[in-house]
Amino acid sequence: MAGNTADKIQGGVLGWVDARFPLSQLWNEHLAHYYAPKNFNFWYYFGSLALLVLVIQIVTGIFLTMFFKPDAELAFASVEYIMRDVEWGWLIRYMHSTGASFFFVVVYLHMFRALLYGSYKKPRELIWIFGVLIYVVLMAEAFAGYLLPWGQMSYWGAQVIVNLFATIPYIGPELVTWIRGDFLLSDATLTRFFALHVIALPLVLLLLIVAHIIALHEVGSNNPDGVEIKANKDENGVPLDGIRFHPYYTVKDLVGVGVFLIAFFAVVFFAPEMGGLFLKPANMIPANPLVTPDLIPPVWYFTSFYSVLRAVPDPFLGVIAMGSAVVILFFLPWIDRNPVKSTRYRSFAHKLNLAVFVVTFVVLGYLGLQQVTAFYSEMTLRFSVMYFLFFWLLWFHSRERSAVFSLASFVVLVGVYSLYDVTRFDPANALLLYTAWLLPTAYLFVTMVVPVFARNLGRDRPVPERVTA
Amino acid sequence: MANEGVDRRRRRFLVAATTVVGGAGVAALATPFVASLQPSARAQAAGAPVEVNVSQIEPGQRISVGWRGRPIWVVRRTPEMLDLLPGIRERLRDPDSEVITQQPEYARNQYRSINPEILVLIGLCTHLGCSPAFRPEVGAGELGADWPGGWLCGCHGSRFDMAGRTYRNQPAALNLEVPPHHYLSDNVILVGEHAEGGTA
Repeated sequence: MAGNTADKIQGGVLGWVDARFPLSQLWNEHLAHYYAPKNFNFWYYFGSLALLVLVIQIVTGIFLTMFFKPDAELAFASVEYIMRDVEWGWLIRYMHSTGASFFFVVVYLHMFRALLYGSYKKPRELIWIFGVLIYVVLMAEAFAGYLLPWGQMSYWGAQVIVNLFATIPYIGPELVTWIRGDFLLSDATLTRFFALHVIALPLVLLLLIVAHIIALHEVGSNNPDGVEIKANKDENGVPLDGIRFHPYYTVKDLVGVGVFLIAFFAVVFFAPEMGGLFLKPANMIPANPLVTPDLIPPVWYFTSFYSVLRAVPDPFLGVIAMGSAVVILFFLPWIDRNPVKSTRYRSFAHKLNLAVFVVTFVVLGYLGLQQVTAFYSEMTLRFSVMYFLFFWLLWFHSRERSAVFSLASFVVLVGVYSLYDVTRFDPANALLLYTAWLLPTAYLFVTMVVPVFARNLGRDRPVPERVTA
Repeated sequence: MANEGVDRRRRRFLVAATTVVGGAGVAALATPFVASLQPSARAQAAGAPVEVNVSQIEPGQRISVGWRGRPIWVVRRTPEMLDLLPGIRERLRDPDSEVITQQPEYARNQYRSINPEILVLIGLCTHLGCSPAFRPEVGAGELGADWPGGWLCGCHGSRFDMAGRTYRNQPAALNLEVPPHHYLSDNVILVGEHAEGGTA
């Protein structure tokens, strides 16, 4: 083993422990002697903040479990009891409910960082895959938790999501009965969701986070320049552009923690419902299986994918489309084959593509919260198409493409969705359809066709040898 | 732990045999855990049929009752509502109730009911199970001037006509389900049972 023998002959309590458990070794490998690139910026706060929110969720969750009753007859009242009668119960619950939304805020920004600096690329593919798995488990965890207060929105939100499985041909209806444990969403469903939420999924989440960090510390962190700092080491094998995680980044992250907690508690104290985004008014009404609320949007962090579901008229194909929108993330390291990691040195076309993707994700999120109208459903379809076009363009921009290939694939892609437009043409909405058609078409035109004529817009820049700041 | 004189074939056989037996054991052990998630005996026993007295329902009015935890709608349709049904055939996905799982045989007609006036439906959208809103008014505002009355699902915008039939080009692919039911007398319906006494 690479264990430091100097540590082992050391006396005292630490020496005694180190002879029996690699405490100093773990401390050194993961903190004191873990060399991280010296040029981390704002975007590198969100990994440690995600850990902070995890701790908040686990601690507040343990306390809520002491007062909550997982029983369809008692659940709603026990949440009210926590809010009104338990000392500081409102604070613990609002921290937990706000924490759920902040978890997704932090995780989305953390994932965007990976897109921005190509952190999913070789040799960090497994870090990314563990990360997407964490994200998927987090969605399941949030969904299971949302049912527990047993309000109207809990009930009908779960009804919609569980029924997604009913669209699977042949086995769907039986599968849904098995998931619910009853012929309708009932006490049996509540108790199993409770078990998943408080023990099964958190355990999986913790294991995945450990795997995520072990993989990260094996290959080392990426940085805003996308330069491998391990390629330039001094005579002791220490990366020239690396600084020790502790104390340098632990102290930096503490500043992030401070700012985060200000924002977090501002919401907890002043806007725990966040205008219905974090906690919906309909959820203050006990679940009633006979009455559906007028509008059932999922919580904001699911609405982008929910929009993709709504964009497809066929139920099963809609579920497939929504599933694909998540699953495609796993393949990102093999879709984007461009050797340049950081967007700093990528072409204008790629920068624009990433910017459009951010807008698309936010717009889809907004549309998922809205009532269905002709205008919104047209937009939902167009932006869902653009969501998937982002991944096509990522692959397309893996290297400079020939004029023929660029123009031909542009024509084919536009042709495919235009053909679909012909099949669903409705003279009453013709103007809307034509105008909306321009959205993906302009997007593809600027990112694929324009670089054919203005070559420097599609060209990546040289990456420096060393990090720049 | 010497490796000399190892009978590799025999070792492979033992490894394979142990894996198979162990795998069967794991599968056998998983069975009760997976099966425990099925509806319990108590859940299966619940769900007795319910009686509905329709004499108090005004023309054009819809009432909701619960059966097996699901909303059951009973509507007394007006003659105007019934007259509009044949005219919208072209806009429907399954105007003739050809998908036989969505209604018992005795409701497989143009009104999707035993008695044309009284419509009985399970009030859950066939898309993802929300309960659609009753919108009987003809030409209602945001639903368009050609809206003949029916139901609008708030979740994903599916529309159904006054016989619970689904429109084309929308999320719900199936007509609203007609539950098994029969008339105990002129004004009393028993929801949950076919006339001959068998259950659905």
